[in-house]
Amino acid sequence: MTTADLLGKLLQVVMGLAVLAAVVGLLIFFIDKAPKKGRDYWQLVGFLAPALIFLAIGLVYPAIRTSLLAFQTSGGEWTLDNFVWTFTQPTAIRTLINTVIWVLLVPTVSTAIGLAYAVFIDRSRGEKYYKVILFMPIAISFVGAGIIWRFVYEYRSGDREQIGLLNAIVTAFGGEPVQFMQTDPLNTFLLIIVMIWIQTGFAMVLLSAAIKGVPTEQIEAAQLDGTNGWQRFVNVTVPGIRGALVVVLTTISIATLKVFDIVRTMTAGNFNTSVIANEMYTQAFRASEVGRGSALALILFLLVLPIVVYNINVLRKQREIR
Amino acid sequence: MRFTRHRRLVVPVVAAAALGLALTACTGDIANEDAADVDCAPYEQYGTFEGKKVSISGTILDLEADRLVESWKDFQTCTGIEITYQGSSEFEAQIAVLAEGGNAPDIGIVPQPGLLGRLADGGWLVPASQEVEANVDEFWSEDWKQYGTYDDTFYAAPLMASIKGYIWYSPSEFEEKGYEIPKTLDELNALSEKIAAEGDHKPWCVGFESGDATGWPGTDWIEDYMLRLHGADVYDQWVTHGIPFNDPKVAEAFDAAGEILKSDAMVNGGIGDVSTIVTEAFQTAGLPILDGQCSLHHQASFYETFWNPDGGDANTVASDGSVFAFLMPPANADDPLSVTGGGEFPVAFRDAEEVEAVRAYLSSDTWANNRVKLGGVISANKGLDPKNASSELLEQSIEILQDPETTFRFDGSDLMPGAVGADSFWKGMVAWTTGQSTADTLNTIESSWPAS
Amino acid sequence: MSIAPADLPTGKDRGSIEGAAETTALTEVVGTKSARVKKRLTSRTATVAALIIAVLWTIPTFGLLISSFRPAELVRTTGWWTIFENWGFTLDNYKDVLLSTSQSSPQLGAYIVNSIAISLVGTLIPLVLATMAAYAFAWIKFKGAGVLFILVFALQIVPLQMALVPLLQIFSTWLRPMQAWLHDVVPIIPEQNYAPVWLAHAMFALPLAIFLLHNFIAEIPSEVIEAARVDGATHGQIFFRIVLPLATPAIASFAIFQFIWVWNDLLVALIFSGGTQDVAPLTQRLAEMVGSRGQEWERLTAGAFISIIIPLAVFFGLQRYFVRGLLAGSTKG
Repeated sequence: MTTADLLGKLLQVVMGLAVLAAVVGLLIFFIDKAPKKGRDYWQLVGFLAPALIFLAIGLVYPAIRTSLLAFQTSGGEWTLDNFVWTFTQPTAIRTLINTVIWVLLVPTVSTAIGLAYAVFIDRSRGEKYYKVILFMPIAISFVGAGIIWRFVYEYRSGDREQIGLLNAIVTAFGGEPVQFMQTDPLNTFLLIIVMIWIQTGFAMVLLSAAIKGVPTEQIEAAQLDGTNGWQRFVNVTVPGIRGALVVVLTTISIATLKVFDIVRTMTAGNFNTSVIANEMYTQAFRASEVGRGSALALILFLLVLPIVVYNINVLRKQREIR
Repeated sequence: MRFTRHRRLVVPVVAAAALGLALTACTGDIANEDAADVDCAPYEQYGTFEGKKVSISGTILDLEADRLVESWKDFQTCTGIEITYQGSSEFEAQIAVLAEGGNAPDIGIVPQPGLLGRLADGGWLVPASQEVEANVDEFWSEDWKQYGTYDDTFYAAPLMASIKGYIWYSPSEFEEKGYEIPKTLDELNALSEKIAAEGDHKPWCVGFESGDATGWPGTDWIEDYMLRLHGADVYDQWVTHGIPFNDPKVAEAFDAAGEILKSDAMVNGGIGDVSTIVTEAFQTAGLPILDGQCSLHHQASFYETFWNPDGGDANTVASDGSVFAFLMPPANADDPLSVTGGGEFPVAFRDAEEVEAVRAYLSSDTWANNRVKLGGVISANKGLDPKNASSELLEQSIEILQDPETTFRFDGSDLMPGAVGADSFWKGMVAWTTGQSTADTLNTIESSWPAS
Repeated sequence: MSIAPADLPTGKDRGSIEGAAETTALTEVVGTKSARVKKRLTSRTATVAALIIAVLWTIPTFGLLISSFRPAELVRTTGWWTIFENWGFTLDNYKDVLLSTSQSSPQLGAYIVNSIAISLVGTLIPLVLATMAAYAFAWIKFKGAGVLFILVFALQIVPLQMALVPLLQIFSTWLRPMQAWLHDVVPIIPEQNYAPVWLAHAMFALPLAIFLLHNFIAEIPSEVIEAARVDGATHGQIFFRIVLPLATPAIASFAIFQFIWVWNDLLVALIFSGGTQDVAPLTQRLAEMVGSRGQEWERLTAGAFISIIIPLAVFFGLQRYFVRGLLAGSTKG
């Protein structure tokens, strides 16, 4: 890389930011100068349009295209074969069950641990450092995390020295080393631990911020009433952060449904550990069966619907209150 | 208030940028070779293209990528074409996306004829120019040309090659214990049993683990048995779905391989029992041979570079060295020599003279000799002088590839549709080695074969 | 900005008997208000539990850190916890990763600059657009707001992989000619530039960004906004003067996550960058170095630590926004 290259890159960043600032600045400037008549309309358009245009190009159009592809053969004829294949392949049911286990366990466990941790360290000495520790896994990429944990679960047969931490512990207590990644159904749970390890930091950071938003007056009042720590937590803190809890659970659920890197790097979906997102990636990219991949993507979409519906309800209630 | 907020945002950003710049400072410009130092005579035929650029992508990484870049250095200097190479382990999964989206590199080095067919089918490939085709007619066998052809259009010349089905062993161990190189599959089994019976270690070490491609070394086993037990015609029917995947002949090949792969007496020398096959990385699976923990390891010719995992040349590959390899024997001693193998095909996504000039160079004997001289690989190019090979084994491999009597068949899983060759066949091998029955495995794979 | 509570005496100093926390809590009521408020809600058990979680969460990363300084041979044969029995310390892994000059992709520095450039703008674009959209959803009343918001929310599930091809096609028809034109006008900017990667990241990040930011912005007390409206403030003024300052913690926390997600991304970069060192980020180079030999733990460990430094620096730099109460100030003032 030469100095010229570096300057070129800097120039690009500066230009990119300048364009962004100019567009947004002009937009808001003109919104406020919009004619009185229909100003509300123009203001709305000004605020929403940029994001909606991006979404339409980047996600809506592709989503429609994917939905259509799911009902087509590679030759472009209409068919239901892709769905038939999805549900008749021998591992289909297992993949579906695994996906459900993932989406049940990861959000709940990581939110629970993240919340507990956030409460425990709240206003403690060195809270900052405590936070960084749990935050660290997020800063490691999924693939990196998969490889770190493969290292933890590594197996060496009986007579050789274990280099995986878990098997070293097992053998230290006199047990036989275990082929963790091949032991069904334990392996799925071990993979889930990796995702929990990553997502807990996310939950902790958001919930910790939310806890600090709970008005101190309420906690004081509860203290005056003679409640203990647990009661204060359940009756004051949790209701105070309900909104944040829903957000965290939702976000993690969706991230969990989409994650495929962990399964791919650690077991490649073998030994009954596959999940839908992994199958989708494999079919669409490795096997070049775009139709099958699209069908799986649609199924994934259907799985998210309950989460979406739940959030709609929460949202409605919020709006009513206001 | 305002100002402080900005300052807080700016500090980490500036710190990050400063760190980046500091790291940048450690690197410098790599000087270009001076044209005057290079003998440009072999490159005159390609013409000169000042200021033209050609981008190449492929699966080749690391040291192999360095050597690839080295192999066209003089060509660049003499023709003025600037070639950029980008290697990625995700290349196979992404090239079709890039091609469909119109962002493909000028040349993609595709390692599977199946993928080449798919790209051609999508209408994204540029047929090979006459120079390339002339080179292929001159330097390659008809079989190899076929692998670069789809629907009667010739798209790409082969690049490098590898021979699968080598069985690695320790020459000193064989000499010491009086083992003979087997001439037939029966003799191979007899040898395995003999080693197992002598008791101090299991005869075979096997590793199928390869990240998200885990299982592929297993497909090589099956392909070798298919070709040797049933011959080239049945092999061709098998890869083109002329016979179903759960045909009894395929089951026979699986069961033959199973005598070794599914027997705790045979595997896994120095590593564990049968279940460790799928967790042992293919890169390290053969290494127990060096410690005398295992005697036989089945892997392609490219495994040569894996014998020294930390670099250097402590472990030599030679008939009198630390390790050497023999070809997996035929079923009967007088069967014709049949080998399976792999190779790459540089396909073009952009129709331009400079792109074709690069492809013409890559298909020439000049390139083959230049690249093979750098070591580690072979090519089926008939203009290649086997003497240029970096080792005894590679020299022998080149001779096998160039021998018109050799029946060469491309790696079957690379020819099958991706849903089988890059997914269910791999997964099937994993499930099968960890206990699934042959019949169940074959039925599962058969059911995944795409309809059209 | 105060993180003063950290310096105050904690439960540890006040009572040595476990379970005394409740009594202390009651007695504290008579103390000064600030001390009372800042006093910890929880007991010593909580500290222990937090410590245990912290240790459990660190072990894998800690093992990685130690392994990154061990010679390859030892990493392959012995566990990292036996570092004292099998002593070996080397900087070779870092040297390999940082300074290895491969001809196909020679310099790591270029990739780090790319990563910073991609992450920075790839974070700012969605952040700005999402904040505006979130404000509109929360505080501009219009027909169909609910339905539209739900649609945006549901878009989160569109798998990235499925969106790659159509987006790439749009880019190559519309964006490529612009990039080429830019290259002609300003030759210093390479033809393969960051624009497609930025835009792709922005598009994929928007649904989550809008959803998260909306949740925070919608919680701003309506009195504050109404008061401003009554005073005749336009939406633009409210957005800049009231919403942005109040939502800064939320915006900052999303910025951190988005920065890290973009920083760690490999897929989008591979597809949209064209893969040359003009554009490709650090993750691509690291994946390449590790990918070729699969089992080279030692290189991966070092590579992982190099790539983790900048995200952690960003977290440290912006984390004060997490500490600050989300709506502190607005409710009281």
